[in-house]
Amino acid sequence: MSNASVGREAQALAAVRSTLAEETGASEADIARVARSKARRRRQLVLLARVLTLVVVIGGWQLFTALKIVDPFFFGRPSGIALKVRDWVEHGTAYGSLWLQLGVTMKEALLGFGYGVSAGIFVGIVLGQNRFLADVVGPYIKVLNAIPRIVLGVLFIVWLGLGTASKVMLAAVLVFFVVFFNAFQGVREVDRNFVANARVLGASRIQIVRHVVVPSALTWIIASLHVAFGFSIIGAIVGEFLGAQRGLGLVIATAMNNFDPNGVWAAMLIIAVIALAAEALITQLERRLLSWRPKSAAESAGS
Amino acid sequence: MAARGATNMSRDSDLEVSGAERSRIDIVRVTKRFVTPAGAAFTALENIDFTVEPGQFCAVVGPTGCGKSTTLGLVAGLDRPTAGVVRVGGQAVDGITQGISFMFQNDALLPWKTVLGNVALGPTFRGASKKDAQAKARQWLRIVGLTGFEDHHPHQLSGGMRKRVSLAAALINEPSILLMDEPFGALDVQTKAIMSNELLSLWERTRPSVLFITHDLEEAIALADRVVVMTAGPGKVKGVYDIDLPRPRGAVQEIRFEPRFLELHHQIWESLREEVERAYARTVTASPAKGVRP
Repeated sequence: MSNASVGREAQALAAVRSTLAEETGASEADIARVARSKARRRRQLVLLARVLTLVVVIGGWQLFTALKIVDPFFFGRPSGIALKVRDWVEHGTAYGSLWLQLGVTMKEALLGFGYGVSAGIFVGIVLGQNRFLADVVGPYIKVLNAIPRIVLGVLFIVWLGLGTASKVMLAAVLVFFVVFFNAFQGVREVDRNFVANARVLGASRIQIVRHVVVPSALTWIIASLHVAFGFSIIGAIVGEFLGAQRGLGLVIATAMNNFDPNGVWAAMLIIAVIALAAEALITQLERRLLSWRPKSAAESAGS
Repeated sequence: MAARGATNMSRDSDLEVSGAERSRIDIVRVTKRFVTPAGAAFTALENIDFTVEPGQFCAVVGPTGCGKSTTLGLVAGLDRPTAGVVRVGGQAVDGITQGISFMFQNDALLPWKTVLGNVALGPTFRGASKKDAQAKARQWLRIVGLTGFEDHHPHQLSGGMRKRVSLAAALINEPSILLMDEPFGALDVQTKAIMSNELLSLWERTRPSVLFITHDLEEAIALADRVVVMTAGPGKVKGVYDIDLPRPRGAVQEIRFEPRFLELHHQIWESLREEVERAYARTVTASPAKGVRP
């Protein structure tokens, strides 16, 4: 095929296109406007339904407890929870100010998260790179993963005492396995062509890990961070629950022992707010680090 | 050409081989067997014997599953032969071969790096500073006609553009040998023709030895000086044909109507057809359990 014929075809195509545009051009703006208002209406509807759901659930809860259909002594009530939170904010908990408890729990959770993630990524990459080592320790890791690790918290308290160390340890152990399995899988999934190409181009082992393996596994690792952060909070709270001198877990345990369901709910509410904030931060991090990824169909559809 | 060879030499100054000889590939009675994890042995290559002269464009054609890619891996030093020896520049391959570049069928561009970052990988891995590597990468992107796309990511480019990036990334190290594993196999016919022409003109600038794998006989004859026909599993060399079409070849889509081209095509196809049919019959009857790529 010669260039001339290609050129002619392109010209003909362009002509067809411009005619089409003239015919439809007038209505194009209308179509866009209708589509936009449709999309806006749908968003408003979703928002309205969400608010309604909340009102029905919370309002129903309040109503049923007020009518004594549900016993507020066992189930608490929304107004009681709100008062409890206010009380904590204004007068502090039995163990000092609310912010102190929150700070202690967050410190434990974040330290545990940091240690667990670092260890998980490191071990995941080392084992992912070394098939022999992975085959040797594989079954043991499966066994460790199978034991209910929450129970380890009891041992950690015996070993490390009632202070923060035991909670950090428990959080780190919970986080480690989540991150490790993802990092390991991520390293295993690295395209062999990428590695072969880097080797041929003269990359050293370290350079391959840095330029090929880690970025490739990052998708997997970051996906695990969402779950991992939740686990780190669980680790800290459960650790405090089992035995501590400070922290939200201790506050919850005390509320439970005092038959104060409002206190348990209030503490849960506070934790949920923190977890949501952390989730938003991790999503931001994910966007930043994985900006190279093509938008998935769902994302580009604007959901 | 001798002068260019000398620049390639500078990395291995202890080797007293002339620049041209650096890019010679000798594959001598090479056999490659794989052992599956279950313990079954599978012979991919059996007693392969052929030579790529310095600066020669050599195409290897054969049916699916004849061990073509395995051969490239051996030359690159990614894998070792079970028997026989692969020599590059007179030296037995041991570890990653110096001075080669590889182009894969599915381009090995890193999706998380920009076009510029991908092309700059070669110099970066060889210890160039970031600035130097990027300057060189820009220069190569200009050569392949992709100025202005430096900050794009590979997924934002068309198939043909990605191939150009791969070409730039492969040539930036100024290899004395270029290994290509069905590089244009996934492209549509038009893009493939354009890329073939581009490859030829780039190759004629620096004249590395090329080992080019394809299952497309027309492509092989249009591009190569030498065509090696391989049989299906275990891979053996069935015939080696020197292509005496004059260079520069010009547009690959036109050369295929020349009488000499048709003559060569007819001659080599006779030899290849039998193998293709045999390989095809095998895929129809037997289960494709052998997990080794062509």
